[in-house]
Amino acid sequence: MSDPAPFASPSVSLARLFWVFFVMGATSLGGGVVGYLRTGLVVRNRWVDDVTFVELLSISQTLPGLNATNMSILVGDRLRGGWGAIVATLGMCLPGATLMIGAAYAYGIGGDDPWSKAFLHGIAAGALGLIVVVMVQLGAKVLKSLADYLFVLATAAAVAGFGVQVPYALIVAGIVAIWWHRPRDRTPK
Amino acid sequence: MKQLGDLAGVFAYLSLLTVGGGMAAFPELKTLTVDVHHWVTFPQLLHYYSLGQLAPGPNMMMVASIGTVVAGLPGAAVALVAFFLPTGVLTWGIGRLWTHMQTWRWRPAIQTGLGSVSVGLVLAGAVIMAKGAVVDALHAAIAAVVFLLLLKTKVNPAYPIVASGLIGILAYWLAGIG
Repeated sequence: MSDPAPFASPSVSLARLFWVFFVMGATSLGGGVVGYLRTGLVVRNRWVDDVTFVELLSISQTLPGLNATNMSILVGDRLRGGWGAIVATLGMCLPGATLMIGAAYAYGIGGDDPWSKAFLHGIAAGALGLIVVVMVQLGAKVLKSLADYLFVLATAAAVAGFGVQVPYALIVAGIVAIWWHRPRDRTPK
Repeated sequence: MKQLGDLAGVFAYLSLLTVGGGMAAFPELKTLTVDVHHWVTFPQLLHYYSLGQLAPGPNMMMVASIGTVVAGLPGAAVALVAFFLPTGVLTWGIGRLWTHMQTWRWRPAIQTGLGSVSVGLVLAGAVIMAKGAVVDALHAAIAAVVFLLLLKTKVNPAYPIVASGLIGILAYWLAGIG
């Protein structure tokens, strides 16, 4: 396999890189940013092939950080090195960030209005439905044995039921779960 | 200045917890922004989080809203940089090492193990979010319908979420009249 060195892929200008990520950052309404990324990077611009895309996505999902920004960093780095990573991430974040800053000012003006509150309570309930779907889809991909489901329940109960801080839950449950799935080919038992 | 420092500390810390997505950090996000620093109330946090799901791009751009509430535009900039820089550097570094780790025996164990833990963290976040978002039977029904709709169809999530808001307004109007 080739090293993921900068400039390994077709030469792309930083301005073009910024623009393509900016467009994805501005149009990926309603989540599902991975789908937009694949269309923009694999189908339209052919900057990465499907195999590389899936590989980079699996890195993005394993490491902390959001999939959208992790993918921007990994693809930007492959195309134009460190500057490419920075430019791609900025393009991806700028539209949403601008909107959410605007939302904060608008909220300061009209957020206490009962009509706004009724709307916002409504979308909070809708967003909860979205979160649970995302969780179910993530779970369908990664949960394979009864033990995996137990890790899910134990982690959730510790954090939401007993108020255990997330880092402790993450470290303890993470170590136990990784140990459970440890490579066993050389240690038959 | 102290507030900018607090924002930087809180969001840099939160960013490291986003294993498996932004929702994994939600329990700590609630504790720190609502209970510890009193930057927003729990309903306000839910509102910003939900608006953030509607915004294009990465689904946690609501950190910019919290930054704005606390310290205006500088606050937004600090919150964004703090939230994306630490994990960004980590991803950048690991991304370059990754091909060398392709045959590492522990890699599948780490991917599978962290996978189930991150689903657990998202579940915890959803439970905490539900405590604030499901205030009555109507809102429980909205959440359930949106869940089923998104599970069974390929509809863009933005539509049912906006529709949820409109149903909230409709219910308020009807209750206000009746």
